Amino acid sequence: MGKSILEVFLEYWPIFLKGLIGTLRYAFIAVFLGSILGALVAFLHLSKNKLLSSIAKIYVNVLRGTPLLVQMYIAYYFIPMAIPILNNVDVVYFVLLALILNSSAYVGEIIRGGINSIEKGQIEAARSLGMSNKNCMMKIVLPQAIKNILPALGNEYIAMIKETSLAGTFMLYELMYTRTLLANKYLIWQPLFIIAGIYLIVTLVLSSLVSLLEKRLRVSE
Amino acid sequence: MSENRIPLIETRNLYKRFGELNVLNGISETIYKGEVVTIIGPSGGGKSTFLRCLNLLEEPSSGEVIFEGNILDVNSTDLNKHRQKIGMVFQQFNVFPHLTVMDNITITPILEKKINKVEAEKRAKELLEMVGLEDKALEYPNKLSGGQKQRLAIVRALAMDPDVMLFDEPTSALDPEMVKGVLEVIQALAESGMTCVIVTHEMGFAKKVSDRVLFIDEGIVKESGNPIDFFENPQNPRTKEFLAQVMY
Repeated sequence: MGKSILEVFLEYWPIFLKGLIGTLRYAFIAVFLGSILGALVAFLHLSKNKLLSSIAKIYVNVLRGTPLLVQMYIAYYFIPMAIPILNNVDVVYFVLLALILNSSAYVGEIIRGGINSIEKGQIEAARSLGMSNKNCMMKIVLPQAIKNILPALGNEYIAMIKETSLAGTFMLYELMYTRTLLANKYLIWQPLFIIAGIYLIVTLVLSSLVSLLEKRLRVSE
Repeated sequence: MSENRIPLIETRNLYKRFGELNVLNGISETIYKGEVVTIIGPSGGGKSTFLRCLNLLEEPSSGEVIFEGNILDVNSTDLNKHRQKIGMVFQQFNVFPHLTVMDNITITPILEKKINKVEAEKRAKELLEMVGLEDKALEYPNKLSGGQKQRLAIVRALAMDPDVMLFDEPTSALDPEMVKGVLEVIQALAESGMTCVIVTHEMGFAKKVSDRVLFIDEGIVKESGNPIDFFENPQNPRTKEFLAQVMY
């Protein structure tokens, strides 16, 4: 059996901390950039132009209908091969790109749902006042939609924290990657429990923050 | 009504279909400047759809809406300019829940008419005083009763300085004790010379404020006339039947 979990944690905690920071950072980047891209996807999806909305639909279906790990492998091997100029770019970015695109599909659906959740009467009132389409979207629909979807975005961030564990496969320094590092020191089972514990604590804490947020948003309604 | 009446909104042969359903079957009507027109009729008869066509919230399947001499067109950017002159009040109020009472009123004048904030708020305060909501300026709409929300919706439309106000069953979603306050605001507005088109089920109110009553059923205007003739001596058998059902 070797060392206990506690002993391994006390000896190597800086490695786990660095891994956790990596995880939180990659998840944040994925959800943040994924949200911007996702907003675009949502607008395309809601567009009256059939071609644009079908493109968005296909995009969402492909990214949600295939495993993230497969998407990461494709990004990792195929992009540098297909675009030779990118050969010298750190592979971290390709893996991160896969995370961002994947997140954008999920966030795009969240945003679309948020926009659709706004009563038609709100839009009619704004348009009847003579508000332009753009102002109606930016000042009336989106502020209300964003408020409605904040909890769902929080949950997406939590999900993404777990998803980033796949990035360790490509040697991105995140929490799961610490397993590989410590396996080199013949520590096989202890890191797994430590890693699982850290994921659990982080997701539980964030989940309770999200429900707190949900409660507060409901009060102001 | 004098002879030199100025047409404000005119519809020409307005048809509206929703799928297989023909809701409007050719309505040609003229609303004159300063006129107060109430529209009554059975549910599903097309009166709300007709009203919603007047500012193209509902796009007619065929026919034209002419406002102040301009044919309204959904694909034209001028439509927003014209809509600014056509205030509308909805059954469900549709106040903006994420904005304070004050911001509900000022947001569109500031954004679309480029009126400065100080000026817009000064005007909003006058309007709020007019409807007895001056102490609610900084509240959010969730703190208002239904009647207060509807009065807010009315002054929000007035803040754009419209030439006509459209009311789509403005009291149908209100608790009974809230109805009077809202009707009084509309009546005061009508008496001040504002052109009003009002879809309503409040027959007493229609009789009191209207210059003209339209009875819309099966997508056409079946009868139209001054309120006294209309209510006391209706001609069309459908009008008679309808009034017999609703007058108590």
